[in-house]
Amino acid sequence: MINYIWSAMVVFSLIASFFGGTGSGLSEAIFSSASDAVSLCIRLAGTICLWGGLMEIAEQSGLTNTVCRLISPILRLIFPKMDMKSKAARAISMNVTANLLGLGNAATPLGLEAMKHLQSENPSKEKASADMVKFVVMNSAAFHLIPTTVAALRRDYGSDNPFDIMLPSWISSAAALTVGLTAAVIFIRISEVVKWRK
Amino acid sequence: MEKITAYLLPVITAVIIIFGLAKGIKVFDCFTVGAAKGMKTAVKLLPPLMGLVLGVTMLRSSGALDVITKMLSPLAELTGIPADVMPLTVLSPISGSGSLTMFEQILKGFGPDSPEGRIASVIMGSTETTFYAVTVYYGSVGIRKSGCTVPAALIADMTSFFLSALTVTVFDF
Repeated sequence: MINYIWSAMVVFSLIASFFGGTGSGLSEAIFSSASDAVSLCIRLAGTICLWGGLMEIAEQSGLTNTVCRLISPILRLIFPKMDMKSKAARAISMNVTANLLGLGNAATPLGLEAMKHLQSENPSKEKASADMVKFVVMNSAAFHLIPTTVAALRRDYGSDNPFDIMLPSWISSAAALTVGLTAAVIFIRISEVVKWRK
Repeated sequence: MEKITAYLLPVITAVIIIFGLAKGIKVFDCFTVGAAKGMKTAVKLLPPLMGLVLGVTMLRSSGALDVITKMLSPLAELTGIPADVMPLTVLSPISGSGSLTMFEQILKGFGPDSPEGRIASVIMGSTETTFYAVTVYYGSVGIRKSGCTVPAALIADMTSFFLSALTVTVFDF
């Protein structure tokens, strides 16, 4: 799927630049994208190392266990078959906690930690497991209890009440999460049935 | 509220370290072990990120995104999303930095407490950059077949776009 999406992005851009006459900008963009990707990766490397270090301490001290026990009722709803004592469950619960607190910078590194453990339980190493699909969908519709970044920007631009978008945000992301996960579960079931028929 | 959120990160960092210390862990040594593991993950992310950034930058600088936005603009009236916020819905699943810039433009142009500013805020607060998440999460462990992840995640995004306009109109206080 990603092969087609990626090719479509590039081909569609080329066609659009023919009509819009944006050719020189486009060739500049191709070069700058390479260095942009490197600086993005370096920035990301910083947060991954930082949270990797903190996560290691939390894991050794049993703090992740405590967090996991608190969050496990929610996790059971989404991952009914998962062992709540596994490393994957502990890492997922840390990722969920970071998301709830609106710490987007921490959520990604903690999520990658969870992916590592999900991958070790995954029977096929190239294809995403059902739990992985649900976990990534969950993160792409991240549920923030405290919308830290958005509120900070709203305050910078002179909002009277930067946090008054909280309730609409909760409703809309809770709905997005439910619909996205339901769609994922339905798609997974369909693909299982199709495979079984074959 | 803002004071609390400002202290959130320092408090969490301190709690993790103090809790570790209380359990008799060599916290600094432990931190460096974990950070070293993180470096390995980061290195794996460069190739997929490079591909994604190339695609997204080409879309943005060629004007293809404007074309897509124009094609989708009839949907704006249908969903109640203001025409000026519509580009954000096209940008937000594919580019985090791009949607942040656009969000700031909306805040600057219309004000954070205008309907446009509020709807854009809810969109920013309730979605993540889907393609970025898929690339980074799967790229870090070498998954090539993402199955139904992208369609399901995009359905989630569309739900939140639709509801952002609806909830802001309903909770107009």
